[in-house]
Amino acid sequence: MLKSLHISPDKCTGCLQCELACSYENEGVFNPAKSRIKVFTFHQEGRFVPYTCTQCDEAWCMQACPVDAIVVNTATGSKDVLADVCVGCKVCTIACPFGTVNYSQDTGKVIKCDLCGGNPQCVEACPTAAITYVDADATGLDRMRAWAGKTDNAATARA
Amino acid sequence: MHHVIIGAGPAGVVAAEHLRKLDANCRISLIGDEPEPPYSRMALPYLLIDKIDEAGTYLRKSDGHYDRIGVEVRNDLVVSVSTSDRQLMLGGGGKVDYDKLLIATGARPTKPPIAGTDLAGVHSCWTLADARQIAEHTKPGAKVILMGAGFIGCIILEALASRGVELTVIEMEDRMVPRMMNHSSAGLIKSWCERKGVSVLTSMRVAAIQQDTGAHPLSVQLEGGASHPADLVICATGVAPNTELLQGTGITIDQGVLVNEHLQTSDANVFAAGDVAQGKDFSTGEYSVQAIQPTAVEHGRVAATNMASGHDMVHAGCINMNVLDTMGLVSASFGAWEGVANGESAELNDPGNYRYLNLQFEDDVLVGANSLGLTQHVGVLRGLIQSRFHLGHWKDKLLNNPTQIMEAYMAAAQGIGKA
Repeated sequence: MLKSLHISPDKCTGCLQCELACSYENEGVFNPAKSRIKVFTFHQEGRFVPYTCTQCDEAWCMQACPVDAIVVNTATGSKDVLADVCVGCKVCTIACPFGTVNYSQDTGKVIKCDLCGGNPQCVEACPTAAITYVDADATGLDRMRAWAGKTDNAATARA
Repeated sequence: MHHVIIGAGPAGVVAAEHLRKLDANCRISLIGDEPEPPYSRMALPYLLIDKIDEAGTYLRKSDGHYDRIGVEVRNDLVVSVSTSDRQLMLGGGGKVDYDKLLIATGARPTKPPIAGTDLAGVHSCWTLADARQIAEHTKPGAKVILMGAGFIGCIILEALASRGVELTVIEMEDRMVPRMMNHSSAGLIKSWCERKGVSVLTSMRVAAIQQDTGAHPLSVQLEGGASHPADLVICATGVAPNTELLQGTGITIDQGVLVNEHLQTSDANVFAAGDVAQGKDFSTGEYSVQAIQPTAVEHGRVAATNMASGHDMVHAGCINMNVLDTMGLVSASFGAWEGVANGESAELNDPGNYRYLNLQFEDDVLVGANSLGLTQHVGVLRGLIQSRFHLGHWKDKLLNNPTQIMEAYMAAAQGIGKA
């Protein structure tokens, strides 16, 4: 059973521990600007919403890559960037309709969530269980997929 | 069932792979006329800066990929198509029969109608062979003239500059990337390049290229009389779809090979995809040649689905979009970035920090955008355009602060922050 990140914005306090854990795990520094998960603040509503890649089935980023640098991790289902193959062309960053593949000017490569290979550090760091890592079927992933389907240009596929 | 694909670029390769996914038993042939394994022209600038080797440009990296998925890759030139016999004639003398044919022949660089473009030392930057030539002739200190500051010109601009050449860019339009960025943002790209030591001449035409007996083998004559010595001239003044193969077949050709919402040409057994195809534009509903990587891939997938037996997919059109890195300054364009009739726009213009964002709305729907100096979450601009989400009161927030695109998207997609 594949697992996926489940985000409950109502539990998020905006402490940004997830961003720090992510950047430390992936970049070796405590720098939220280098995090693959991002907490957005809705001031007027007093809400915090953690947001990252849903590892969507469509994998717009992977399809758009001209050099085969984004691959499916068969163990976790995540779509992983192969840093040694990525040329930094950024086509994936405009192809991803969720805005969750980003270009790093420091490395000249793109970065995205890879579920930390199956042990997501944002989940470990979250003190309020706003981010959990659970069976994919239980996460509302269907809703995400419905949205991804709505985004699909080929809206009326019939088998 | 024999599916034949002419053209081994991204559209052709994606189509071949997708056909195999949909039909384990069909025969798939992929015919390309360049000697290398299928590769990406998009990757050539990175080859020129030695970020990758030639193998790094290949579209697929694993050994034996095409054999493993049962795609026959042939290196040959298709010289003619008979749609009545459903047969191709190859330059090598062979013939290939097809049941369904995909035209994915791409585009080729065009040369401006001036004297001297055939001289030695005048190159396009389109193929791996071109890249090798350019790499050989761009020694540090060489004088290089880049004709054309469109997308392709700009994407190789950095590669040329980083090879240590003395670079002059000549663009006949009034700004760089005129079909991708508006005046404000394109002006920032120009000033950025100039600050980095590149000379950029806009609203300037080359009159002729001549041989020179002086210290540099070429002389580029500009309209108005000035001339520039050059060791190398790169011609990036535009591309044209490779439609010649279909001339005389009766298949409808306009700007490119005209395809319907199934990526099918006027011949029911012939499809077209990628830079050669004139397909539906998501924003305008009209049919145009976009000639961009994401469209090539999407076309390949949709065409393959409709070629496969028992499948049918209607295509809503591709969003025209581009992303460009000009010497470290990242710019992007999406959809109707020039705006629509009776639309509204929001702008953030921060020239001191080389940051710019322009959003175009139709009612409360985002229909286009230009961004510059932004590298985080830009893809959500595509998401907002393609989903046609009604932004409601978030549109007013974006008019005040266009950088809140992620928040607006989350409000629309997840119902967060909806008053």
